[in-house]
Amino acid sequence: MSSPFVGQVIDLLAALMLLIAFAMLAQRRLLRLIHLFALQGAVLTLNTMVVAVTLVQSHLWFSVALNLVLKVIVLPMILIRVVNRLGLRRDAESVGNLPFIMLVAVVLVILSFNVALPISRLAGTITRGTLGIAMASMLIAFLMMITRRKAVAQVVGFLAMENALFFAATSATYGMPMVVELGIALDVLVGTFIFGIFFFQIRETFDSLDTRSLERLGGRE
Amino acid sequence: MSVSQAVLQLFQGVLAVAVAPLVLGWLNQCRAWLQNRRAPSLLQPYRVLIKLLRKEMVLATNASWLFRLAPYVVFACMVLAGAIVPLVATDLPFARAADVIALVGLFALARVFMALAAMDVGTAFGSLGSRREMLIAALAEPALLMVFFTPALISHSTALTTIVDQFSNGALQIHPSMAFAAVAFVMVLLAENARIPVDNPSTHLELTMVHEAMILEYSGRHLALMDWAHALKLTVYMGIGIALFLPWGMAHPQNWLELPLALAALGVKLALAGAGLALLETLAAKMRIFKVPEFLGMAFMLAVLGMLVHFLVET
Amino acid sequence: MVYWIALGAAGVAIPLERAVHARVFFTLGTLGGLLLTGVGLAGLSGWPQSAVLGLGLPDLPFHVRIDPLSSFFLLLLGAAGAAVSAFSAEYFQRGGGGEIRLVCLLYHVFLAAMTMVLIADDAYLFMLAWETMALASYFLVITDHRIAEIRRAGFIYFLVAHLGAIAILLAFGLLQLGQWDYTFEAMRNTSLGTQWSAAVFVLALIGFGAKAGFLPLHVWLPEAHPAAPSPVSALMSGVMLKTAIYGFLRVSFDLLQNQVWWWGVVALAVGLATAFYGAVFAALQTDMKRLLAYSSIENIGIVLAGAGLALVFHAYGMDLLAALALAATLLHCLNHALFKTLLFLATGAVMHATSQRSLGKLGGLIRRMPWVAGLALIGTLAIAGLPPLNGFVSEWLLFQSFLLSPSLPNSYLNMFIPIGTALLALAVALSSYVMVKFFGIVFLGLPREESLHEAHDIGLAARIAMGWLALWCVLIGLAPVLFLRTLDPVFQTLVGTGLRDSLARSNWTFLTAVAPEQASYSALAFLLVIVLVIVIVAMLLRRWFPVDRRRAPAWDCGFGKLDARMQDSAEGYGQPVKQIFQVFLRLERHHPSPFDRQPRYHSRIEDPVWERLYLPVARGVERLASIIGAVQHGRIAIYLVYSFVTLLLLLVVIL
Repeated sequence: MSSPFVGQVIDLLAALMLLIAFAMLAQRRLLRLIHLFALQGAVLTLNTMVVAVTLVQSHLWFSVALNLVLKVIVLPMILIRVVNRLGLRRDAESVGNLPFIMLVAVVLVILSFNVALPISRLAGTITRGTLGIAMASMLIAFLMMITRRKAVAQVVGFLAMENALFFAATSATYGMPMVVELGIALDVLVGTFIFGIFFFQIRETFDSLDTRSLERLGGRE
Repeated sequence: MSVSQAVLQLFQGVLAVAVAPLVLGWLNQCRAWLQNRRAPSLLQPYRVLIKLLRKEMVLATNASWLFRLAPYVVFACMVLAGAIVPLVATDLPFARAADVIALVGLFALARVFMALAAMDVGTAFGSLGSRREMLIAALAEPALLMVFFTPALISHSTALTTIVDQFSNGALQIHPSMAFAAVAFVMVLLAENARIPVDNPSTHLELTMVHEAMILEYSGRHLALMDWAHALKLTVYMGIGIALFLPWGMAHPQNWLELPLALAALGVKLALAGAGLALLETLAAKMRIFKVPEFLGMAFMLAVLGMLVHFLVET
Repeated sequence: MVYWIALGAAGVAIPLERAVHARVFFTLGTLGGLLLTGVGLAGLSGWPQSAVLGLGLPDLPFHVRIDPLSSFFLLLLGAAGAAVSAFSAEYFQRGGGGEIRLVCLLYHVFLAAMTMVLIADDAYLFMLAWETMALASYFLVITDHRIAEIRRAGFIYFLVAHLGAIAILLAFGLLQLGQWDYTFEAMRNTSLGTQWSAAVFVLALIGFGAKAGFLPLHVWLPEAHPAAPSPVSALMSGVMLKTAIYGFLRVSFDLLQNQVWWWGVVALAVGLATAFYGAVFAALQTDMKRLLAYSSIENIGIVLAGAGLALVFHAYGMDLLAALALAATLLHCLNHALFKTLLFLATGAVMHATSQRSLGKLGGLIRRMPWVAGLALIGTLAIAGLPPLNGFVSEWLLFQSFLLSPSLPNSYLNMFIPIGTALLALAVALSSYVMVKFFGIVFLGLPREESLHEAHDIGLAARIAMGWLALWCVLIGLAPVLFLRTLDPVFQTLVGTGLRDSLARSNWTFLTAVAPEQASYSALAFLLVIVLVIVIVAMLLRRWFPVDRRRAPAWDCGFGKLDARMQDSAEGYGQPVKQIFQVFLRLERHHPSPFDRQPRYHSRIEDPVWERLYLPVARGVERLASIIGAVQHGRIAIYLVYSFVTLLLLLVVIL
């Protein structure tokens, strides 16, 4: 397998990551959002796999398995179940001024590309070009959390951010140390469970999952 | 300019004009198949054209010279575009007369004449179609420009010939940015050629028609020219898409032996593109006119992303 | 030569008694314009010529100088001015407006002042000419001063013009920095520090921007242009705005030495915003002169964007690309002067024939006024940026220079400038929307009023005037290379590199950007092929398919009786743009209820700049004034007390 070709495949996958990040930012339907998240996980897994195959890095295979199980299967399933149980299957939320948000996202992309440029020049990995994309995906996921009001969407945004972080780690240094990776995976899993429990609590207390209900701070009525 | 170049140039121009109704016929046939209908003959568009050419021309009483001139201008613009875009061979004499930006200008010239002619008779539908067409074009143009930006960045040129040479002769390389640009280009193509999610070419429903509303008052010879030009425009757009994204297999004017191969390649590519378009048109539903900005905005975003991706991973 | 221009311009300005025969004087003015065109053309190739005139204040003689840059703008002034004068000879014959002698005087003073602005070589003469130009045009705007609206328009114009003049004055003050030598020569030789240069640049941008109509300072344009008589609007929009561009280029490229890249970025951003804004608002107008005024704002934005790009390239030392961007800028200046003047003259002809200015009351004039319609069509196609006319050439060059921006050594600019290009493309595409609306509503369709059936076409002088402009549009469109070659000395002066070499690499029918394999465009081939195809197709069809032609009432989908009120109004034509770009507008709309027996639709569009910028400032000024007003009592004794106290204080402080 020739090296430039692998590099191009990785670039293609990175571009797909970015595209999915944008699609998530624009997606109004909750269920579709979760599907997109699963897709992002799949792309991530594929990317890690390509790197693992080329570089024969055994610990990366472990990441591949972890990603596949956790981000492509388990987490989306949990989220979909939550959505089903809460009866949000057809839920869509209005994303205010979408063109403006998209333009902000483009500015974020430019910003992160330029910030990443000197770092990726330093890195010696074949995946260095994708660092900017990883950073951009992370910022876009962050932006998505900011622009959403529904709790589930915010959680998806959070998980997408984690995806992007993982991607950044793969592209900069071929993945984080195993311990850190395992720790994060566990965190995410537990976090999602806790979020799931929270959703029900919020819903019982306020009859809605709109996080605006949480904005009234204690006691002041 | 050698004689062979000139001959090949003439050949390509005539070929584009001759083959355009066939492309439209093929598209209709694919659509009919996909929709479980019995397809009209592949040659149906030719029959329609001949029927129209033989018919008596009825002009509105108050139609001015502009109305009568417009079909000829529109047709001539499209013929010129067909001569410029490299369909079978690169490095033809006319290829240098326009790069992609000038080509966009050429399409704009045809469009403005059509929009003006639509307003000439003074019907409500005419001006409605005219303003919708101009709006769609105004929104499609930035997206189209961004689509062209990426190949121009890669090949350092906006001349189609240079771009084709660059892509077809270099080593096989995956350009993620070009994938983005290609998707965006297809979206722009749908919008600019009055295809389904944006406009429905086979309707005369007042509320939805755009292109048909503009040519409502034309009949006979004029209508034939307008329809032909429309088919030609679609073919030329496909040609641009092929040149940008699937440029392999084009002939060089010095080498006549390559010509049959190039013709075959063109036929296959056009057939594939037509089938793909038919599939897209079958899957999509016509959208409201005020959803079009969103659609084209998406195309624009894709093209911008493509360009940005190019900056990061391909330089 | 220099003396001659000053004398000639002044000579034309002298009002003779029998001014009713406007014909004589305006025709003389045409000659002046033609001579000026010649001088401009001659000056383009020649070396800079300068002279010192013994006029002006003691110890402050007037310095004048003609270099390629001023020659180019003189050419522009001459070409447009000649046409406007010829048109005026017919226009002012039939009354309209105020006292003809006054108009004649002011008109020629205005022309002369613009000439002086272009050839001035010291700040003193420049400001003098600049203010004369502003005053003359102000009085011309308020020719119909009996109408309150026109007085208001004049006031706004005057106010903004003065704000601009102050900024320019300050810029010149900074430029001479302590030398007390106000000649441009001295300014060229001083090198200012980075901060002072930046201050001068910003002041120049504001000062000249007020006259040219850059984004927040554009408010006077759509008010003043409709108020003035059409030839004056033509001159203001076509030429006067360009003197501001001249000033901007003169200061930022010639007088300032160390350009910094962010200047260009600022100019680029302001220019793109202006272009977009002008295009959106032009699409919404219902008054044909306001529409053209907003379209001028758009075009000025394009020019400024080009100048900004040239500054960026120049600051990074990429002078060939800077020359290319500058070529686009200057060419677009000239093009805009030509086609906008042409279109304003067309509106003048329409107003004369129909006494209507509102687009909602026109229509179908192509049948009544074939000459105006035909010539205006050329202007329309040119301004819409369509090949093979001149508007497309400058836009093509500009797009090419934008496409070359990725070679800049700044990765942020690499990524942002292409996105700016998209904004430019949007503005350009919207401008063709606007121009289809303009031409379609005025000249095509059915006449919307009964009175339009009596409209008459223009006379010989006006035909010549408009034809002259249209001819320029076509010629520059067809042979841009020849024209750019003559402009080469301008680029040499401003950025130090010309385009001669890159243009010479292919023959004159092909316009190329930097290299022929990169991009080329041939308008001549376009025109030839299109005409050829039209002729061949028409002949073949006639021979092979001889058919009858019949006239019948319009079909209109079989809806039956067609009536002029069923056509799109100007408002209706702009509706999609209004819907999409609502965010940028201040819209006041009232929809009638479906049960209303006498429905009335009412909608008003306002410039949000008024609400957000000007009114707060105006209120602030008012408040300040009322505070200061507290010391005013109107009694003489109190004013004497003020003087007395001041005197005492001064005595105490100084002694």
